[in-house]
Formats: sequence, structure tokens, C-alpha cells
Amino acid sequence: MERSEIFDKIQEILVDALAVDDDEVTNEATLIGDLGAESIDILDISFKLEQEFGFKIEQGELFPEGITQDPDYVEDGKVTAKGLELLKERVPHFNFAELEADPSVENVAKIFTVEALVTFCEQKLQAA
Amino acid sequence: MRWMWIDRIVELVPKERMVAIKQISLAEEHLHDHFPSTPTRRAMPVMPMSLIVEGMAQTAGVLVGHAEGFKEKVVLAKVSKAKIDRDATPGCTLRYTATIEQFTAAGASTTGIVELIEPTAKGEPKAEVIGQIDLIFSHLDQNMGGVEYPEENFVFSESFKTLMETSGIEANF
Repeated sequence: MERSEIFDKIQEILVDALAVDDDEVTNEATLIGDLGAESIDILDISFKLEQEFGFKIEQGELFPEGITQDPDYVEDGKVTAKGLELLKERVPHFNFAELEADPSVENVAKIFTVEALVTFCEQKLQAA
Repeated sequence: MRWMWIDRIVELVPKERMVAIKQISLAEEHLHDHFPSTPTRRAMPVMPMSLIVEGMAQTAGVLVGHAEGFKEKVVLAKVSKAKIDRDATPGCTLRYTATIEQFTAAGASTTGIVELIEPTAKGEPKAEVIGQIDLIFSHLDQNMGGVEYPEENFVFSESFKTLMETSGIEANF
């Protein structure tokens, strides 16, 4: 499936799940910041992606869970090198450039963009 | 029996579908406030839509809880869609049919049909689909934040056990 086709389907899912306008769903838009997604919306989006694309999403596969609350991976409000490695392993669809430049915990949500979601689906479809 | 907005479970297909009914009675106090008369209008007793959503949430919630033997604390997390096209008035029956769409360790999504059954003078009552309510449930102990809750399953209380037993469904959890 072409990346543009994946984007179109994801745009439709996000408009439905987050009650946003389709022109708000751009590649750069962050789900939690720009589109107002809450944790439960991530579950909703996972369900909708599974239905649309026919693959299974394991818990924590789409968005990292627990890492930013774990003192092993966060120190003084910043993700540690160990935490960053784990994030890269758990959620390889994220673009880590911004987080590497400033590893503040709040930046983890900022790198969860629509583009990361498209990459996630692309990788899942390729692996299937 | 507090805050129960379904009266009886009439069908349960485990992990798949549940049907429950709610009889609307003019004896219910809230109907007198929803809506009371005004100087220019008579009273309009109508089942509040928020309570219709609650009725569907209880129907779908029991279905989702039953799927794992009521071990999970199933909480309503999101109303994905709620559309009711007609008022539900006293003397009628609401029939909720909830179907599991997706079920994972983290929660479940359900779709639900609301029907209004009107009694008739003779013969079969008249049933009409009046809306759809789709919901997302979360298994509380599997929350993303890793927050811990008491071990006891406070969601499926005695009221739900009573409902199941009076509906002829075993409730030994």
C-alpha cells in the first residue's frame, strides 16, 4: 500500500476518533499536542487501525507505556540514555531527532506525530 | 439497586453479544423533571439521553466484563458515537443490543443498537430502531499510566450480580 493511501486512511480515522477537521491532520501534527488526543484515544485509534489495516497491535506497541514513569529511564525530568535506547527499540516508528536534541519527558509526546503513525502502519503492513 | 439503568438481560452470547431491556415507568422520579411543565407547555416526560447511554454502557460493560469472568475492572472510557432519533417515553421498553467489535488485553470496543418497543392495544408490540451507541471500554488495571487500583473489583458490584441472577444468568464471581 502506498504511503499516501495509508495517510488518507489514517486521516479519516483521526477525524473520526478525535473530532478534528481533516485539514488539521498533517504529517507534522502531534497527536497529543496538536490534535488533542488523550490516552484513551490511543486505544481507540489502535482499534480503528486494526480494523482498517487488518493487523494486530500489541499493548504499548503504538505509544510507549510506562517508560516515562520509570525512574530507571527518567532523571530530573529528562529521558536517560538508557530510556532513549529502550524507546528506540519499542517505538521505532518515531523520529527521535527532536528528543535527542532535548530529551525532556514532555517531548516524548511531541514526537508522536501523524507521520510516525503512517510509518508505524507502513512497517506493520510490510512485516505482514 | 442503585444506578441500574437496565432491568433484565434477555440474551447473552459470551464474548459476542448481549441484549438487555429497560422498562420506562412514569413512577421514575427523574422523568418528572425531564421535562417539567412551564406556563406555556405541558410536562414532557422523556427518558434522558444521557441515561440511555448509561443503559447501553451497562449492557456492553457486563458483556465485556463477562468475557474475562469479571476479573477485569471494565470502565467506560469513551463514547465514540451516540445518536438517538426519537424520544423514549413512559410505558415503552428500551432494548439495548451490544456487540463486541474488538477485544484486547487493554480494553474493548462495542457497537450498540437501541430499539424502542411500544405496546399496542392488540397483538405484538411495535419495535423500532431509534439509535446507535458505540463505546470504548478500558481494563482499568492495564492503564497506560501504570496506576494501581485496589484489588477488589469495585466495578461489578452486588447490583450487577443481582441483575444477572434475576435474569437467570449465573453470577458466581
